[in-house]
Amino acid sequence: MGPGKEGPSPVRVFLLSRGNSAIADRAFRWLMTLCAFSIFGIVGLIAWRLMVSSQMTWSQFGLGFFYKSFVDPVNHQPMYWDPVNGYFSAVPFIYGTLVSSFLSLLIAVPLGVGLAIFLTEMCPRALRGPLAFLTELLAAIPSIVYGLWAMYALVPLLREYVNPLLTSLLGWTGLFNNDNPTGLGFLAGGVILSIMILPIISSLTREVMTAVPHSQREAVLALGATRWEMIRMGVLRNARIGIVGAIILGLGRALGETMAVTMVIGNTPEIHKSLLANGTSMAAVIANEFSEAVSDLHRSALIEIGLALFLVTIVVNACAQLLVWVVTRGAPAQAR
Amino acid sequence: MGVGIEVSNLNAWYGSNHTLQDINLNIPANHATALIGPSGCGKSTFVRCLNRMHETNPIARVTGMVRIGDRDIYADAKPVEIRRRVGMVFQRPNPFPTMSIYDNVAAGLKLNGFSNRRALDEIVEHSLRNSALWDEVKDDLKKKSGASLSGGQQQRLCIARALAVDPEVLLMDEPASALDPVSTSKIEDLIFQLKSQYTIVIVTHNMQQAARVAEKTGFFLNGRLVEFDSTHKIFTNPADKRTEDYITGRFG
Repeated sequence: MGPGKEGPSPVRVFLLSRGNSAIADRAFRWLMTLCAFSIFGIVGLIAWRLMVSSQMTWSQFGLGFFYKSFVDPVNHQPMYWDPVNGYFSAVPFIYGTLVSSFLSLLIAVPLGVGLAIFLTEMCPRALRGPLAFLTELLAAIPSIVYGLWAMYALVPLLREYVNPLLTSLLGWTGLFNNDNPTGLGFLAGGVILSIMILPIISSLTREVMTAVPHSQREAVLALGATRWEMIRMGVLRNARIGIVGAIILGLGRALGETMAVTMVIGNTPEIHKSLLANGTSMAAVIANEFSEAVSDLHRSALIEIGLALFLVTIVVNACAQLLVWVVTRGAPAQAR
Repeated sequence: MGVGIEVSNLNAWYGSNHTLQDINLNIPANHATALIGPSGCGKSTFVRCLNRMHETNPIARVTGMVRIGDRDIYADAKPVEIRRRVGMVFQRPNPFPTMSIYDNVAAGLKLNGFSNRRALDEIVEHSLRNSALWDEVKDDLKKKSGASLSGGQQQRLCIARALAVDPEVLLMDEPASALDPVSTSKIEDLIFQLKSQYTIVIVTHNMQQAARVAEKTGFFLNGRLVEFDSTHKIFTNPADKRTEDYITGRFG
C-alpha cells in the first residue's frame, strides 16, 4: 500500500514502532548457552562428588582398586571383596557389568533389529500398530517387575532346561559349565537385560529405517534386488549409523540397570569364565551393600565403584562413537 | 542390444483409482520413445508397469499383457528377473550415499554376485563413459561418495548404475526435471547416443525434450493413451484434437 492521503498504513506504523529486539535476542542466546553448558557442570559435579566421597579408598588402594586382586589367607584362592576384613577391589563388579551387558546386546541386537525390519518392511498394516505398541510397552514395565518375573519364571526355566542343554552342546567351550545349581548368574542377568533393552533398540532402529527415503528402496529394487537385498543395501546400509546409535543407547541402559540384575545375577564377587556361574555387577553391589556398609572404608569403596560405573559408561560410549567415526569416515552420514 | 515392447489391454489401479485404462501400444527396439501428458495422466504409472515397479506399492494392481522381447513379463517371469533386464532412472537422482562412485555403479552387479574384479573395473569404466561422467570422476572413483556429486552428475551416475547391468530396455521417469538446463542438455545428448544400443522409454513434461530425443511419442490423458505416433507427426499434425490442444499449450 503506497502513501495515500491518510498517511502510512496502520501495519507500517505498527512495524515502525517495534524495536530491533537486540536485547531479547542476546538474552535468548545467553540463556541457551547456559542450558548447554550446564551439562558440563552436572557431569563435572557428579564426578567431583564421587571422587571426594571415595577419598578413603583412593588413598588406601590407589588405581589398583580397578585391577588388583588379593589372595585369600585361608584357601589361597584369588579374592576381591571382603568388607569385614577390609579387602576391596572393583574387578569382579566391572567384569560382571561388562559381561552381562554385552551378553544382553548379543541377544537384543539381532532380535531388535530383526523386529524393526519386520515392522518397517514386511509387516501387514493391521499388525504393525499392535506389535509396535507392545514393543514400546515393554519399556514401560518397572524393572522390579522384570526382576520378579525373572526370579520366578526365567531362572527356573534356565535351571531346568536351558542351562543343561547349553552345557551338553557348548560345554566344551568352557563358557557353559553347569556347576551352579541355582539357575542364577551372568546368563540370567544377560537375558533379563536383553528383554529390557529390546524396546529401545527396536524402536530407535525402526525410526531410522523409516527415515530412509523411499527412493533408496526403489533404486535397489530397480536393479533387480530381492526383498532381502533391498533391505540390506537400500535400508540397513543407509540406516547403519542410527542403528549403532540405538545399540549404544541400549548398552547405556544395560550398564546401569540395577534392580532386575541384582535379583538374578547371584551377587557373588567372583570372576568365572562360565556364563552360568554366579556373578555380580557394579550397580548390584551398590544397591545391596550401601545401606548396610560395615565401615567407612566399605562405604567409600562402594562410592568408588559408582565412580567406576560412571567412567565405564563414558569409555564404552566413547569407544562406540569412535567406531561410528571410523566406519563412516569419508562417507556422508545420511541419505538425502 | 535392445528389444521391443508390446503392450496390450494394460490396466492399472492405485487402490480404487483406475490410473491406466486399456493401454495398447508397441514400442520399437533401439529407439527412444517419449511419453508426454499433463501431471497425473498415468505416464509414470505406465513406465512403472514395464518393470513391475508399480506393484511394489501394496495398494497397486495391474492387469493386461506386457511383452518385452520374447517374454510376457506378467505371465512367465519374476519381478526380480524383469528388473535385471529393464533398467530404470528416476525423477530425482537417487545414488547410494554411503557408497563410493565406483560401488554405486557396481551395485547391480555385486547384488547379483558378480565378483570378477578386473571385469568389474572394465564395466564400471565403460558404464561411466557411456553416461558421459567418466572424465569428471575418474580420479576419485573410490574416494568420493555418490552423494558428493552435483545433481546433474548424480543423475548421470544413476544412468551409469542402470547401464552397468547391461539392460535391454532403459526406462527414464522425467530424468531431467530436477536438473538445471546445462545438465538437462547433457542428459539429452546421452539419450541420443544411447538409443542405438538400448530401447529407451522416457517420460517427460518438457515437450521440446520429447521432440529433440524421441522418434516416437505417446500422449496420455486421464489414464488413457490418446495418441501414439512418430514424434514428427505428433508435433506437426496430430490426429486428435486433445493432442493438438496440449502441444499448443491450450491446457496442461
